Amino acid sequence: MTTVGTELLLDARDISKRYGAVVALRSASLAVRPGEVHALMGANGAGKSTLVKILSGGVRADGGTISVRGRPYGAHSPAEARRGGVVSVYQEPALIPDLDVRSNLRLTATAVEPVRHWLAELGLPDLDVSSMVRDLPLASLRVIDLARALAIEPDVLMLDEITAALPANLTERVLEVVARHRGTERSIIFISHRLIEIGVVCDRATVLREGATVGVVDVGAGSDDRIVRLMLGEISRRAPAVAAGPAGAGARTPETAPRLTARGLSAATRLRDVSFDLYPGEVLGLVALEGQGQDELFDILAGSERPAGGELLVDGAHVSFHHPADAIRAGLVYVPADRAEALLMQRSVRENIALPFSGPVGAWGLINVRGERRKVDAAVRTLQIDTRAAAEVRRLSGGNQQKVTIARWVAGGVRTMLCFDPTRGIDIGTKQQIYQLLRELAAAGAAVLLYTSELKEIQLACDRAIVVFNGRVVAEIPALEADEPTLLRAAYDLKPDEAIPELAVGETA
Amino acid sequence: MTSVGTGTAERNPWLTRATWRRILRDQPLIPLSGLLIALVIVLQLVQPGIVTASWAGVIVRQAVPLAILAGCQTLAMLTGGIDLSVGAVASMAAFVMATLVNGQGPVVAVLAGLGVALAAGVVTGVGIGVFKVHPLIMTLGMSLVVLGLVAVYQLAMVLSGVVIPDPILWLGSETSFGFLPNSLFLFVPLSAVIVLGLRRSGYGRLLFAVGDNAIAARLAGVRIWQVLIVLYTLSALLAAIAGFLIAGLNKTASPALVESAVLPSVAAAVIGGTSILGGRGGFAGTIVGALILTLLTTLLTTLNMPEAMRQVLFGAIIVVVAAAYTRVTGEA
Repeated sequence: MTTVGTELLLDARDISKRYGAVVALRSASLAVRPGEVHALMGANGAGKSTLVKILSGGVRADGGTISVRGRPYGAHSPAEARRGGVVSVYQEPALIPDLDVRSNLRLTATAVEPVRHWLAELGLPDLDVSSMVRDLPLASLRVIDLARALAIEPDVLMLDEITAALPANLTERVLEVVARHRGTERSIIFISHRLIEIGVVCDRATVLREGATVGVVDVGAGSDDRIVRLMLGEISRRAPAVAAGPAGAGARTPETAPRLTARGLSAATRLRDVSFDLYPGEVLGLVALEGQGQDELFDILAGSERPAGGELLVDGAHVSFHHPADAIRAGLVYVPADRAEALLMQRSVRENIALPFSGPVGAWGLINVRGERRKVDAAVRTLQIDTRAAAEVRRLSGGNQQKVTIARWVAGGVRTMLCFDPTRGIDIGTKQQIYQLLRELAAAGAAVLLYTSELKEIQLACDRAIVVFNGRVVAEIPALEADEPTLLRAAYDLKPDEAIPELAVGETA
Repeated sequence: MTSVGTGTAERNPWLTRATWRRILRDQPLIPLSGLLIALVIVLQLVQPGIVTASWAGVIVRQAVPLAILAGCQTLAMLTGGIDLSVGAVASMAAFVMATLVNGQGPVVAVLAGLGVALAAGVVTGVGIGVFKVHPLIMTLGMSLVVLGLVAVYQLAMVLSGVVIPDPILWLGSETSFGFLPNSLFLFVPLSAVIVLGLRRSGYGRLLFAVGDNAIAARLAGVRIWQVLIVLYTLSALLAAIAGFLIAGLNKTASPALVESAVLPSVAAAVIGGTSILGGRGGFAGTIVGALILTLLTTLLTTLNMPEAMRQVLFGAIIVVVAAAYTRVTGEA
């Protein structure tokens, strides 16, 4: 495990960091050789994000040493980190929405031509650098962020969940570009929850658990298993496999009335004509490549936007939502993908969970503290939220934050839940808990609509799936047949015997 | 290698900078009360014998209306807003009340004062909540509108005299038992309602929620325009009450009675630990902030400092306190 003899490109030893009472890192070490793609793995709250922030100059470590190319390294800002040869691409694109792409590049003193080159390599050759950042889809922004980082040609490039929320075709290109760094002078620190990707592009993996490095694994045959075991620690003894599995829509009888019916919904340019039925007792998966209208569909169902055409029925009655409150009253509750859109970051876990209770004017009076605590505590238990840092939600790990956004609705009782990519960028353990929770909600009679950018999740959590392409529902597939190749073909609107464009076999294997 | 640093931190957790920061951020009342006591001590040293029970009564009597106006700012700032119309609205309410006492009697006069404030508050709230005008612009504009309307009203009412009814005089400027300002009989229950309301009522929670993350509040089913209309209406009513007290304290009313208290009211809320960016703060800190400002004014007057110099110091203190809070809350 020691790398004496090989000069290390980046060597971080015994890094520690605490936020008040919460220990984020106890003793994290990370040794990256030149020319390797090094995975940084860890379950929810293991300290990955903190280590990345320390390396990229966003946060200062309390203790430990870091060196890059043998020189001591201690960045106090991202700009300093960049001068030290370390550049990161965060989960949230670091681009200013009100400027065009070119101006954003100028802000970071990055030349446009190399960025264009990398954009082409990454599968966006036609991107117009004069378009406003706010008009671009999230996937494009992440690719731009990556292209900018590549153009800087840093010694160490850190990619935090770079493939999360990317459609399959872009993911493929990104992985290919990452893999190209192997054997060069430069290295990549690759953070992803998708073990398949780790297996495809990484040489070694450092695993963190509870703020400490618990192992370094050479990636190869059987390494997935070792990584997961290291990540989970003792928990792995409790069956890490799928908790519930697909129920196969067994509960539904022919006379069951749909909870939610969409007929010919359309909005703006992306959403053209979407119709489907969502039944009580089922988890309905929704699969789509990036930008096929799924964002607009969920905005309409959640009451955030009004449809341009089509109709919406809840329990057979026409509904028209002018505000999310209308949707909530009709029993439609929404878990957005972006936790920053759902949480009051400075408030406590309890206030975040109890927030919907206070919405209606009738509930503006004195709060029944005991009743509220009972409901909130029950939801916290159901979701197994780690409440050590409960005074401020922003101090929780990403997975725990996501649990809070779900707990908010579970506390009030769920009739229909709309989940938009709820497992994006969170660890395997929490993902399992979320799948299980969705299954339990369905078993208790709720209807769940689940959009996911991870095709695997359809078989893990859903009864059936609908596939949206170009603003229309193009396929409906029962969970048992919804393996990744089938879904991917449908997502590209291909007939079963056609080949998938721009897609290596590795993705679907 | 560097474990020495963390070792000391673990042995004496109450001595670390992070701990101090957390106290300052989560419990601003502790350092603020310390500052208040320090000011009293300084004052006593500068002028021995000044600190007496009746002196404290005078300070409190001046601080109460300021604390109520600062309460308006606290509520607005929790949502990320501000209410610069409190001065104009308070003056209007007091002036309308004082001009109607002769013709209509004190009860109608007080109700009319509250009524015009309520109307102004609803208009402000609709502008901010429904038409999405920025609170700074809306309340600034509203204060000009109110000032203008009061000027017109003053011309129309030129014959009726300005009379402050006895109950308002009693509340605003008299004391019980020789030192206890009567305004406390109104202020203590009022502030109890505000403090409790912010902590324990659904509406109080929503003020914090809207200021912390308006998008999240909306997605959770909160109709933000409702919250804002009620907020600026409440703020105007509180301003009217402060206006009455100031009229009682000064024993007169005029269209510009309270105008000079607008910026101090913002300052008191900021010093009291309420973030102007929203989502953080409370009324208890604001009360202490108002006391600190009143004491500071007294101290600077006692030192015979010229008015211009007083303003410079006043402004500088506000900026320093605001900067300190940003340092504390921005990082941790």
